[in-house]
Amino acid sequence: MAPLATVPVIKDHRALRFLTAGSVDDGKSTLIGRLLYDSRAILADQLDTLEKKAAGAPIDLSLLTDGLEAEREQGITIDVAYRYFATKQRKFIIADAPGHEQYTRNMVTAAAGSDAAVVLVDITKLDVSAKPLPLLPQTRRHALLAHLLRVPSIVFAVNKLDAVADPAHAFTTVRHALLDFAEQAGITVAGIIPVSALRGDNVTQPLDAAWYQGPSLLQLLESLPPAQERKDGDLLIPVQYVAREGEGTGNQPRTLWGRIAHGRVKAGDSVQLFPSGLSATVAQVRLAGDVVDEAEAGQSAGIVLDRQLDVSRGDWIATPQTIHEAQRFSATLAWLDTEPAQVGRKYWVRHGNRWVQARITSIESRLDIHTLDAIDAHQLAVNEIGHVIIETQQPLPVEAYESNRIGGSLIIVDPASNRTSGALLVKGAA
Amino acid sequence: MNAPLTVEQLLPELDHTHLDWLEEEAIFILRETVAAFERPALLFSGGKDSCVVLRLAEKAFKSKSGEGQYKGRLPFPLLHVDTGHNFPEVIEFRDRRVAEMGERLVVGHLEDSIQRGTIRLSHPLESRNNHQTVALLEAIEEHRFDVLMGGARRDEEKARAKERIFSHRDSFGQWQPKEQRPELWTLFNTRIKPGEHMRAFPISNWTELDVWLYIARENIPLPSLYFAHNRKVIRRKGLLVPLTEVTPLEAGESVETAEVRFRTVGDMTCTCPVESPALTATDIVAETLKVTISERGATRMDDRTSDASMERRKKEGYF
Repeated sequence: MAPLATVPVIKDHRALRFLTAGSVDDGKSTLIGRLLYDSRAILADQLDTLEKKAAGAPIDLSLLTDGLEAEREQGITIDVAYRYFATKQRKFIIADAPGHEQYTRNMVTAAAGSDAAVVLVDITKLDVSAKPLPLLPQTRRHALLAHLLRVPSIVFAVNKLDAVADPAHAFTTVRHALLDFAEQAGITVAGIIPVSALRGDNVTQPLDAAWYQGPSLLQLLESLPPAQERKDGDLLIPVQYVAREGEGTGNQPRTLWGRIAHGRVKAGDSVQLFPSGLSATVAQVRLAGDVVDEAEAGQSAGIVLDRQLDVSRGDWIATPQTIHEAQRFSATLAWLDTEPAQVGRKYWVRHGNRWVQARITSIESRLDIHTLDAIDAHQLAVNEIGHVIIETQQPLPVEAYESNRIGGSLIIVDPASNRTSGALLVKGAA
Repeated sequence: MNAPLTVEQLLPELDHTHLDWLEEEAIFILRETVAAFERPALLFSGGKDSCVVLRLAEKAFKSKSGEGQYKGRLPFPLLHVDTGHNFPEVIEFRDRRVAEMGERLVVGHLEDSIQRGTIRLSHPLESRNNHQTVALLEAIEEHRFDVLMGGARRDEEKARAKERIFSHRDSFGQWQPKEQRPELWTLFNTRIKPGEHMRAFPISNWTELDVWLYIARENIPLPSLYFAHNRKVIRRKGLLVPLTEVTPLEAGESVETAEVRFRTVGDMTCTCPVESPALTATDIVAETLKVTISERGATRMDDRTSDASMERRKKEGYF
């Protein structure tokens, strides 16, 4: 894939949520600091604090992402932090995942729901004369995790171009190695961008060099599409909230609110409810306080049915005959809790808006997070990812995570501590 | 200093799709809160962020009448912690809005906690901002609220940048930053034990600019002191301190009248206005695009004390 020669025109001005993945010394904090600084998201009093710290030297942009007092004391980053900046075209939300401690846990959290991932590659750590050029393990790990979570756009930012003797040659070599790796892993690359976060080269302003004619990192980010569930085909809505008109009890008309997982809905459509299996016709569609003709995937719609049926939070509304329920399914499990996953124990799981009890009936394998190869294993500890079989107390309308993030994702909660212990990505019925 | 300012860099093309998306997310979170908890309440101070959340709540839970007015009642009460040092304009606005909308308002008075002895002031004019936590937690206990919805934003301050949308509080009302639950997709973990509660932040992903753009677009009513007015102020440590009975003139200072507006409204002892001729929300949008001082830095005396003061207050159970 050639670097993009021209940047496509943005049609969708929705905010872009992206995560940044990099290890401690890759310059991730400096890159984020640079994006915030150049887009003027840093304000004078925050700069004031940094200038005091610098005591006359150039300010350290990496300190802009400095977090909690508890983190400063220990010199580590504990948690995902969210940062905001905007250009005239786009609002951006950065999910900044720390690079070391609890890495997988934080990266999975940041990647769930992100539209894009920026994976930092520190070019000074690579031997560009080696053939074939070996990538660093963390680069593979970051890209593979983002791909596993189906982050729609994966971007490599090749950093520290200012610190290599022949940037043109170094970048070309690394670019080929990244493309080879991506092809083997089945990753579609949205862009490979050379940058110097320290100097600001090609971060927001395009690089002025004969060997690179592509966009700056920011120009590329501006052009990426927000994640979109499909709007055509069959309808699926998890019922989030059932609203009754007026006060008191009895048969008041009810509005079934829920964010449409896929498809679209309008008055007159036939629908089927899960788990009751009952059918009805849509009498009215609402958005916020208004009655509308139609609503589509991504919008929270209020559905009024033509008849009174017993529907509650956690139920699903769907095109008739399209729901495939399963009580036993295979899934990829990312374990997030310090207490290891326990086969046979009852956990709570949340799918859509429904909580049910569930068991991990078996752990089939663990993934080598540098290659995503399955290793024979029957245990999963914190920050590990594996293939498991799940059994639930009631059937659920699960879909493959690959085809739909809403129907295909679940969280596991420890019933004793209420901690969020795991994230499940559904593969299929088992 | 900052990179050179150009208006082109700053001005988002005034396309409302990003506001629509923020609105959708906030309404989704509000409905989630009401559906998942038994005794919710909405924190309402009359401040701009809580006014925005109130409008979002109308959209989430009410339907429009023929005249375009929202009808019906919200499925939860509003909760305000009154320090007793609030600006009178804000209290007047709060009561008027609540009456117009026909909502229920629960007020937790700091004065009551002082009477009970659960709050002890070291001197009578001490800032009451930090003491709000006690009155807030007492109100939660008295009314058995299990979730409070609030207008906090992640762009306000770095301790807030790590805050979850659904943020767990233990039975002492404390925030445990190291024990935060990972928040994946929109599968919020809303499970709590008896005595614990949750805070829900529907406008987490909004910035100050988004808030003003939305106020302008939706014509959201705000207390008058958000807009330019003449006020007696004292210049103190780079801030404009409003002259009030709880922030009197100190030796060697003088009073002047300035054209000012408030960017945040909190306790009178620690909230300062900025000089501004902005009369409308749109004027403020234009000013916000040019602003170079962060919201809390310009207006809050209490946040200046230390780099970590918000984090400490949050751990103790602050908003």
